[in-house]
Amino acid sequence: MIALEKRPEPSRLLAMGTPLIAVIVTMIAGGLLFAALGKNPFEAIRTIFWDPLFGEYAFYYRPQLLVKGAPLVLIAIGLSLGFRAGIWNIGAEGQYTMGAICGAGVGLAFYPSESVLIFPAMVIAGALGGWAWAMIPALLKVKFGTNEILVSLMLVYVAEQLLASMSLGLLKNPQGFGFPGSRNIAEWDAATSWIAQDYGMHWGVVAAMIAVIMAYVLLNRHILGFNIRLTGEAPRAARFAGVKPARLILFCLGMSGMLAGLAGLFEVAGPSGQVSIDFNVGYGFTAIIVAFLGRLHPVGILLAGLLMALTYIGGDIAESQMGLPAAAIQVFQGMLLFFLLALDLLTNYRVKFAVKGAA
Amino acid sequence: MDLSAINPVLLIASLMVAATPLLLAAIGELIVEKSGVLNLGVEGMMITGAIAGFAVSVETGSPYVGVLAAAFAGAALSLLFAFLTQFALANQVASGLALTLFGLGLSALMGQGYVGVRPPEMARLDMPVLSDLPVVGPILFSHDPILYFGIALTAGVWAFLKFTRGGLILRAVGENHDAAHALGYNVMRVRVLAILFGGACAGVGGAYISLIRVPQWTEGMTAGIGWIALALVVFASWKPWRALLGAYLFGGINVLQLNLQAAGVAIPVEYLAMSPYLITILVLVIMSADKSGAPASLGRSFHASQ
Repeated sequence: MIALEKRPEPSRLLAMGTPLIAVIVTMIAGGLLFAALGKNPFEAIRTIFWDPLFGEYAFYYRPQLLVKGAPLVLIAIGLSLGFRAGIWNIGAEGQYTMGAICGAGVGLAFYPSESVLIFPAMVIAGALGGWAWAMIPALLKVKFGTNEILVSLMLVYVAEQLLASMSLGLLKNPQGFGFPGSRNIAEWDAATSWIAQDYGMHWGVVAAMIAVIMAYVLLNRHILGFNIRLTGEAPRAARFAGVKPARLILFCLGMSGMLAGLAGLFEVAGPSGQVSIDFNVGYGFTAIIVAFLGRLHPVGILLAGLLMALTYIGGDIAESQMGLPAAAIQVFQGMLLFFLLALDLLTNYRVKFAVKGAA
Repeated sequence: MDLSAINPVLLIASLMVAATPLLLAAIGELIVEKSGVLNLGVEGMMITGAIAGFAVSVETGSPYVGVLAAAFAGAALSLLFAFLTQFALANQVASGLALTLFGLGLSALMGQGYVGVRPPEMARLDMPVLSDLPVVGPILFSHDPILYFGIALTAGVWAFLKFTRGGLILRAVGENHDAAHALGYNVMRVRVLAILFGGACAGVGGAYISLIRVPQWTEGMTAGIGWIALALVVFASWKPWRALLGAYLFGGINVLQLNLQAAGVAIPVEYLAMSPYLITILVLVIMSADKSGAPASLGRSFHASQ
């Protein structure tokens, strides 16, 4: 008979260790999945996790790690603040899209100016776009007690439709021969977010690093960060300590929306280059996995974001070289979250194998 | 623009079709939430049901076997959720999200070979005289059997919750799991069964979309219907008949906006297409003032040691 005994304190060692165990278990389960699809599992795992870093063409793939990792880390840092306090923003995908639309819109309004102010203006517009989109669920929750999970998610679908409308209408490239999609912002010097494209460096990478540091300082050295953690771990105690839940909701949702909006702006002005119908590729949802895999800890999120970026890049390679379906990587990422949540049990509980009746 | 092209009788008939997947998923989730569990994986279970039902229907040639398979697939996926939340005591919000992300990936993977395939058709009800009646016929007597099953299920769930001992136990577990445990009820078993039921319902709802409503398979075809179903449960204040009403309301909005798109109204297509989601938000805002209907233990984990 298996019995669970609650630990007085969550095990610190296991809290750090479970993400690693989850990754290994997912690799095994993923290998079985790939084998079931008729691919050599060892080759698949090597292609996904080894080749982008140390393979023959690694010089090409390594910069991609920054390109794919930056938006994931940036969004996940924002999400982790709310998740810690029990505020569930799962509409980051929508905020990301809105940041891109607003930022690109402001930039394109001044095309083809070469002013140095264009990019900063776009950054501000992108941040505000994401922030405003997240303030909708935040204000509705504060004012009416509406569930922020459902509202933020509904807004993802609204943002998708807006994106389609924008890339077919308002922001469509006037010189694009009628094709949908905006002008290419990445090729416009005053507005591009690239710093050094050959190395995968763009302003989003810089912003992600700053976000990691700021989040670390906030959570460990600032009263606001303490209040966020307190609210998540002991809501009643937080209320007695005078923490205002409404303010926390506005801050956490606003902050995560802003970071998601920034991620969208940096993406549209760099790696993606234009506002188009298929601009959003699910970073906002994958970032949820990143946040949990990183234990909602800034440094953990940084590592988890890089690992997730690796699965994206490795997945692409496996798709082109081995014909592994792109959806298999999505399943792989989903499994990772499953195993992580299941293994969390070990952090909070002791598993005891006791003989029934003895005791 | 030509509004006269919209036929009110056909509108109502197609409204009922559009509402059925929502209704099925919402009724399932209603039972889950009544037991005190919040399963945010409805979207994932629906899309998995959609592809499982579709694939099995195409392979066997029988839509009924397909629907059954969809129920199994939805329940199987929900079993993962049950394991995570009931045995491993994981956070329900995170586990539900994991289920949705996993389900979306899994369905895309399973659906590789089925894009562009036509599923076998499910025979519609055809009663000699009734189905040929002018207005009532198309609205009431010439639908597919699953649509009637949805309405029957609503009635069944209502009766189960209101009149049976099982329903009472389910509600007790959802209202106060500690008290229910003290009375000797097996909280975990009740909840696992409720989650399985919810999964099966969501699976059938998904299969309804891919087999009857659309009918074909495209990736991500549930397009947020699972999430709207979750909102619907709030809208319904956890009451089955109000879930039916809400489903028809949402179905109506969706069909109306599709009809307006076809009729060529001056509003751009994208803005019409976002209307069901905006209205869902509006409804949530209006309904969230009154939380009295929510089960008291909703979303809380239960472990007998605590």
